[in-house]
Amino acid sequence: MSIEHAPPPAKTVSAETAPAETTPAPDVQAVPAAASVETPVRKFSINFGPQHPAAHGVLRLILELDGELVERVDPHIGLLHRGTEKLMEARPYTQNTPYFDRLDYVAPMNQEHAFVIAIERLMGLDVPIRGQLIRVLYCEIGRILNHLLNVTTQAMDVGALTPICWGFEEREKLMVFYERASGARMHANYFRPGGVRQDLPEALIDDIARWCGLFPKALDDIETLITGNRIFKQRNVDIGVVSKEQALAWGFTGVMLRGVGVAWDLRRNQPYECYDDLEFDIPVGINSDCYDRYLCRMEEMRQSVRIMVQCIDRLRKTPGLVLSDDHKVTPPRRGEMKRSMEALIHHFKLYSEGFHVPAGEVYAAVEAPKGEFGVYLVADGSNKPYRCKIRAPSYPHLSAMDWMNRGHMLADVSAILGSLDIVFGEIDR
Amino acid sequence: MIWTVSDEALTALGEAVVAGSAGLIERPIVAYGELTVHAAADRIVEALTFLRDDPGLQFHQLIDLCGADYPQRPLRFDVVYHLLSMTKNRRIRIKVQTDEDTPVPSVVGVHPGAEWFEREAFDMYGVFFAGHPDLRRLLTDYGFHGHPLRKDFPMTGYVEVRYDDDLKRVVYEPVKSVEFRNWDFLSPWEGAEYARPGQGYPYELPGDEKAGEGR
Repeated sequence: MSIEHAPPPAKTVSAETAPAETTPAPDVQAVPAAASVETPVRKFSINFGPQHPAAHGVLRLILELDGELVERVDPHIGLLHRGTEKLMEARPYTQNTPYFDRLDYVAPMNQEHAFVIAIERLMGLDVPIRGQLIRVLYCEIGRILNHLLNVTTQAMDVGALTPICWGFEEREKLMVFYERASGARMHANYFRPGGVRQDLPEALIDDIARWCGLFPKALDDIETLITGNRIFKQRNVDIGVVSKEQALAWGFTGVMLRGVGVAWDLRRNQPYECYDDLEFDIPVGINSDCYDRYLCRMEEMRQSVRIMVQCIDRLRKTPGLVLSDDHKVTPPRRGEMKRSMEALIHHFKLYSEGFHVPAGEVYAAVEAPKGEFGVYLVADGSNKPYRCKIRAPSYPHLSAMDWMNRGHMLADVSAILGSLDIVFGEIDR
Repeated sequence: MIWTVSDEALTALGEAVVAGSAGLIERPIVAYGELTVHAAADRIVEALTFLRDDPGLQFHQLIDLCGADYPQRPLRFDVVYHLLSMTKNRRIRIKVQTDEDTPVPSVVGVHPGAEWFEREAFDMYGVFFAGHPDLRRLLTDYGFHGHPLRKDFPMTGYVEVRYDDDLKRVVYEPVKSVEFRNWDFLSPWEGAEYARPGQGYPYELPGDEKAGEGR
């Protein structure tokens, strides 16, 4: 189509006049030009998704295009809305933890973590040190799970098919670690208020340690495919640049914020669990583009491995409880129940009525792989939450799609979307 | 060691916020290691601007904005703003109250990231935000009716969808396939005061209405 004719036509068939729902088919044929002077330029509005592999789930983007330039992006979300927050108001606290696995299903335990921390803070529960170490270990596994998926799918969005195969091989091993700890590959339901469900077997700790030794090599291999790749760089360098002011104003957190050079990580700035005792570095970006965010994620994976190695060292030296022994909150062991009447009563009460959480409200936030994942929990003193607002990190990131994409080419939309690191489980809730 | 801010520091922060805001912000409450302050709904924009621009506070980031429903109150909705100051490393929660009809001024001008949060609060609770550039529904279905997170909205909703093979399309019908079973696990043995017949509170067990008979 020809759009370079001057002067621009007085009236173009503009997309603004057409309702966004009735999207015209992407008809490449412009309105037939009268042979001589003017060619009316037609703007397109096209649907991107909801069934598009680069939409990372069920995102429907209404793109208004001027030729190949993006003029406006209107994300339509909610296609995966399940009413999690409403459902939670009708269930006892412990029955709500599984909902958190289903939010960001790429890194399930990180979400559970925020919820159990919120409950612990309201109840004043302490977590035994071994429980904390296991939590941190599995949160870092979750971070690697997430970044492996994101980095490799981002590469796939811009045309590279091999990295995803290599990355998913490693993800598969990590999911087996999830399974061996909790019984489930993804929806673990492993964290409990007061600790974790059960201790890790010795052999599992050894296997995770062995994996930590091998994984940096796998990461190097993936880097040889992507980091220096000419096409990957052409598609990501200087694409989706965000200024520091924009990032703060739009509520960016996590890699999206560190990518613009703000050294902010809740694990370091507002430490929870035993992150304070662990050594790790926070990578930050310089150029604030998609490529820097990719580099940050790669480095974060290496740092996660570093944290995991420290956790494993300490786990081997720290025997003990993994779950608080306050049996008004945590269930008693099966063996105890066979002998103690009180344990039996506790078990029955916890699995029918559940525990009561004192009235009050807290906001608990963790550094999830995608950014700050927060839970605003309002308790009314009963066994169910009165209100639980889930603050998903990719929600504000996706809301920035409009201004981030303006002026970019159509093909950059998927590159920017990939670097935002979004998952619809947590955006739609 | 877990990061906490001492209650004294939070109380001091709360008092500083109230003193510096010239009546915009009031009633600081420190509970569970967190600071909550309250503001009048019609002046929330000024309050957030003050919290953002005051050099001693610098609450630059709006982390979260959400609604909450307390149907027993005349002003039934809370709108809760969670702010974060990265330079001072502090969090603050600011709450305003409103009802179904009174709009809360939109804070998009102060924190542009509030746009989607306000759309969600409108979608879920029906709280109006005056001056919002694009107050559409966000999470619910196209053509949805009602505000699902209100306490008086039924858990199963009003309509369900299925694919109709005759019409060859998805149809909406009143909910009939599921029944929401709200188990009451609350123990009648714990914390039950003496049942007061006819008042229903705190607990009225079957047969309680006969408690006074024969006296």
